[in-house]
Amino acid sequence: MSLPEILIIWPGSPVLSLIIEFVIAILLLYLARGPAHKAIYSLSTIIHSGLRLMARSVLLGEKRVVERNKEVLLATGAKAVERLIEREFYRVDAVVKRDMSGYPALQHKLGDQIARIDEDYRESTEVPVPSPDWVKAVDTLAKLPSKGDSWIANILGEIHKTAQAQYKNTMEEYRKAVSVRHSLLEKMMPYWRRLSQTLDQVDKTIIGLHERSKVIDSRMAEYEDIRNQSEKAVRMLTSSAMTQFFISALVLLIAIGGAVINFNLIALPMSEMVGGGSYIGNFKTSNIAALVIILVEVAMGLYLMESLRITHLFPVIGHMDDKMRIRMIWVTFTILLILAGVEAALAFMRDRIAADMQALRHALATVETAEPVSSWIPTVGQMVMGFILPFALTFVAIPLESFVQSSRTVFGSAVASLLRLIGFALRLLGNVVRYIGEFLVNVYDLLIFPPLWLENVIRNREQHTEVSDIIVNEEVS
Amino acid sequence: MKKLLALGLLSLLLLVSGCPDTTSHSQGVYMLLDSSGTYKKEIKRAQAIINYLLGTLQPGDSLAVARIDSASFSEKDIISKMTFDRRPSMTNQQKRLFKQRVDEFVANVKGSAYTDITGGVLQAVEYLNETGAGRKHILIFSDLKEELVKGHVRDFPIQLSECKVVALNVTKLRSDNVDPREYYKRVDQWKERVEAGGGHWRVVNDLERLESILAD
Repeated sequence: MSLPEILIIWPGSPVLSLIIEFVIAILLLYLARGPAHKAIYSLSTIIHSGLRLMARSVLLGEKRVVERNKEVLLATGAKAVERLIEREFYRVDAVVKRDMSGYPALQHKLGDQIARIDEDYRESTEVPVPSPDWVKAVDTLAKLPSKGDSWIANILGEIHKTAQAQYKNTMEEYRKAVSVRHSLLEKMMPYWRRLSQTLDQVDKTIIGLHERSKVIDSRMAEYEDIRNQSEKAVRMLTSSAMTQFFISALVLLIAIGGAVINFNLIALPMSEMVGGGSYIGNFKTSNIAALVIILVEVAMGLYLMESLRITHLFPVIGHMDDKMRIRMIWVTFTILLILAGVEAALAFMRDRIAADMQALRHALATVETAEPVSSWIPTVGQMVMGFILPFALTFVAIPLESFVQSSRTVFGSAVASLLRLIGFALRLLGNVVRYIGEFLVNVYDLLIFPPLWLENVIRNREQHTEVSDIIVNEEVS
Repeated sequence: MKKLLALGLLSLLLLVSGCPDTTSHSQGVYMLLDSSGTYKKEIKRAQAIINYLLGTLQPGDSLAVARIDSASFSEKDIISKMTFDRRPSMTNQQKRLFKQRVDEFVANVKGSAYTDITGGVLQAVEYLNETGAGRKHILIFSDLKEELVKGHVRDFPIQLSECKVVALNVTKLRSDNVDPREYYKRVDQWKERVEAGGGHWRVVNDLERLESILAD
């Protein structure tokens, strides 16, 4: 018996059967309306609550990640600013040591110069001896009229002569005094100049120190912002971390390009040393050996930069005492130098092998080919590259440190955003499920609308009858 | 402490150097040259293929070139065989020597009365198994028409497991032009025989695409 036949309850009339089944179904659904509604509501509520709970957990997680990110960001920022301030203080210290240490001597020099100038000035201000007081009296007498008396005229003439001689003497002495004064003032000139230069030098130093103090002030303000965990500081540090992340990633990509070139430079000659046909796994031993050399160079570069305290990736190296650190600098530099020498030799060998291979290919080729241009330039170029690239790779440590530090913030932000998105999606889904529940209840009622309509009609009539009865009763009473 | 450090370094070295790769990555190529009367004039083309192989094979690979004559299951028919050194510079020298030997053979080649391809293939399998190569190629430069000396038995299955057999420059004989079914029958027979022995069969007639010879 096939399925449609089961459904036919009125033999020979499938439509009638279907109508009867539909009516029965509606009646059953009407009877089960209350429990069905409850079931739909409970299911949607369960899912809704579950999803809301999940969303809440995710958002709590996101909050925790954001807080942790903020802590890390502020700690890193504070450390960086501390380093900057420390560096500024070192600079100030250097300036003070360099310039201020000579200040006692400078002060002594200035005192000497001022004393000399003072002395010269005093000497130059000494006025010439004034003419005696009687000169005026004599001069007055000499100018008296003789009134024709020759004796008096002679006396007056003598007095006049004396007065003239006295005037000449006085003028001469005065000129001499002025000349001495001028010479003294002239002698003062170099002292003034020297004094001016010394003061200029002091001024420059003071201005330099003033500028440094301004920088320190701004850094301190920044540091205070970070310590206060202000939003401004967080925004600034996040933006700075993002910029650092992209810039360092770009520089690392360039470094990877350099490493690839370096690899190609030494992979072929390495096969001459470790054998061209041996493999480790699916990789040629010569390729792995070349890669190991490059990685060792990068590692040595990291140690060198760490020992020079340019980077701070390994605290163990950073905490070493200076003697040990300097030893480490020399050891890593020597290893790098040796590796650079090895690479230059390998580059030379590569050129020879490539030339030999080229010659063999020409010999094997059936067609005539042009002779290769022989020149020492490619050989020297390859050797120089082989020597320089290990040292160039040393500087990978700087962008690597920036990348590692900034990636913590960037990935932290990305995780927080992802969690926020998941939380939002879960809440949205929870609400959608709740409304779907309500929608299903409405659909359910829509399916059984005939009995519901009847129920409403009967209920309205009953209410109407009850109201009429109450009114009649009231009228009777 | 120093002893411990030295021991650690020694263990690390052993770990790195003491884990040899057991799978062989080298290639072994055995090329059979048909020197029968009808095919002798094609030998120059074979020389170009050998030169291509010399240019392509890497240090550690093996190459052997042998002629197909009346009784080819013999080491006397091997013109030159070499397993190239691990160092590229030595490999280049070996390749030059190999080319010289092949050139001498091509200059002085004499036609054979019969064509014992099966004997040559058997010899090739033996050689390739001895080299221990990871990928084994047998190149048959012939029209695939076998003509055996009376009494020589060759109609038995050949063990060609993991061998790639490539028929090169399978020229159509004059009789093939009369009835092409003969050509297809010849090729199909060899295909069945190789595949029955566990090998892979391929025909490369376009010698402009030499890179397809050793393609997997």
